[in-house]
Amino acid sequence: MGKTFAEKVLGRAAGYEVKANEVVTVEPDVCMSHDNGGPISRTFKKIGVEKVKYPERICFVLDHAVPAPTSAHAVNHKEVREFAAEQGIPHLYDIMSGGGVCHQKICEEGYALPGLVMVGSDSHTCTYGAYGAFSTGIGRSEMAAVWATGKIWFKVPESMKVVVTGKFKPGVSTKDFILKLIGDVKADGADYMSVEFHGPGIEDMSISERMTICNMGIEFGAKNAVCKPDQKVLDAIKGKEKYSNWECIWADGDAVYAKEVHYDLGDIEPCVAKPHTVDNWAPVSEVKGTKIHEAFLGSCTNGRIEDLRLAAGILKDKKVAVRTVVIPASWIVYRQAMREGVLDTLLDAGCVICNPGCGPCMGNHEGILAPGETAISTANRNFKGRMGDKDSFIYLASPMTVAASAIKGEITDPREAL
Amino acid sequence: MGEILKGRAWVFSDDVDTDLIYHNKYLAETDPKNMPQYAFEYYPGKENFAKEVKPGDFVVAGKNFGCGSSREHAVYCLEYAGVPCVLAETCSRIYYRNAINNGYPVLFVKGLSDAIKAGKIKDGDQLEVELSTGTIKDATNGETFHGDAVSNLENDIMKAGGLMNYMKAKVAAEK
Repeated sequence: MGKTFAEKVLGRAAGYEVKANEVVTVEPDVCMSHDNGGPISRTFKKIGVEKVKYPERICFVLDHAVPAPTSAHAVNHKEVREFAAEQGIPHLYDIMSGGGVCHQKICEEGYALPGLVMVGSDSHTCTYGAYGAFSTGIGRSEMAAVWATGKIWFKVPESMKVVVTGKFKPGVSTKDFILKLIGDVKADGADYMSVEFHGPGIEDMSISERMTICNMGIEFGAKNAVCKPDQKVLDAIKGKEKYSNWECIWADGDAVYAKEVHYDLGDIEPCVAKPHTVDNWAPVSEVKGTKIHEAFLGSCTNGRIEDLRLAAGILKDKKVAVRTVVIPASWIVYRQAMREGVLDTLLDAGCVICNPGCGPCMGNHEGILAPGETAISTANRNFKGRMGDKDSFIYLASPMTVAASAIKGEITDPREAL
Repeated sequence: MGEILKGRAWVFSDDVDTDLIYHNKYLAETDPKNMPQYAFEYYPGKENFAKEVKPGDFVVAGKNFGCGSSREHAVYCLEYAGVPCVLAETCSRIYYRNAINNGYPVLFVKGLSDAIKAGKIKDGDQLEVELSTGTIKDATNGETFHGDAVSNLENDIMKAGGLMNYMKAKVAAEK
């Protein structure tokens, strides 16, 4: 009987054959923390261990509130810097112009590698599955324990197979696909499972597009989400691999799945997730005309150059009717957008470009909503009050839908703006 | 027979996300003792939870409790409010791991989501919960629910009182 990706990758890490529902103890290859590295370092110190087990496996990326908007955030940053220095942790992306959103940096700097076991103290750590890694989010206490021992326990998850064929029609993109999938399987559709994306529809996707779908794995409960590491992944990591122990691993053709779903990308239409849950799916046609007060283009889901280009394509020679906040996911993305003239297009349209970071995605700063206000956002969560006041409303959508909506000041079908 | 915990029910829906339990806005707070004051501030109709919850009260929810963020605040704010455990049909993976790692029980109860929707368990009902068997009796209306007893899998961590104590004991034993 064949094995799933999760069975293979966790078996490789454990050093013996494993199958779903077994409990294994493994040593993660990469341990990512962002601003919460500060509080984690305090927890770590309570364990009674002087030094972290594997300093070179720990990576810090300050992104959640950068530059610090409050003294409490500043304290977190200070603690991370001091802890990294004290422990000899070589990988710290501070708020200088080499940083960005943690998941973007981990991928673009060559930490995300096929076959590695990667943990992060952030739920969207599942993003690295775009590179064929087993990556999952863990809590702060758990991260402190991993720093101390180098180890973590996992129950080998059962797996869900998502088979994707076909091609998008104009005006439709990856975000529309993942919102539809979550709308169909619901917020707990893959609870505790490893989600594998299969098929020619995924093979055709860029690494950026795969990051978007893996990023949102947590929004339907997945432990991890992953795509097959192919030539595109090998090209993307070439020359920048931070570790040498990676290996391309993929599920066997006769692996056993707990669940299987099929999608033809040609059937997908522009859509949104309505407030206040990510699985509250609706086609744009149903919510068209809904007034918005803010548009947000950015986040670890859709803040890459490909996303900014899609938005710029819609916004060229147009003006936004509502405040529109654009946050490139990293300074590399920012500079690329600058070189290509994408930033000029967005500025000419009236957008505000902020420095790379998480910004308003989780209500920290740079675009907080007032009571009664509505935003359309490319981020991954529309939980009640996520971007500010508890009486505000968030619609999630693709970069093209967000751009088209910004022009009219109401939710708009991007196909009308092509 | 194991110990029977008695307390009032606070009843919640399916898909209670981590922002509803403990909002982003208060993430800079790192002292668990200060967290209960913010619990469920964003949950419609439960804004007074923090003021009115009494030690011993239970949180009762449907499917997918604690979906969303990896934040442990969503565990601490209930644990430090004196809520002895969460009763839910299912809960998210990260929430469950965070709960276990803090020695905080979550009891999985089949059919709870439908029972909540049908009004078979309501706010203020008096509950009697036996963690060792997973039995929940609603003394107000006579309904009984059967949850999974806390599994062996995570028992070592639970018994130690959470991951930190478990780790400390391990470190001490190695010295």
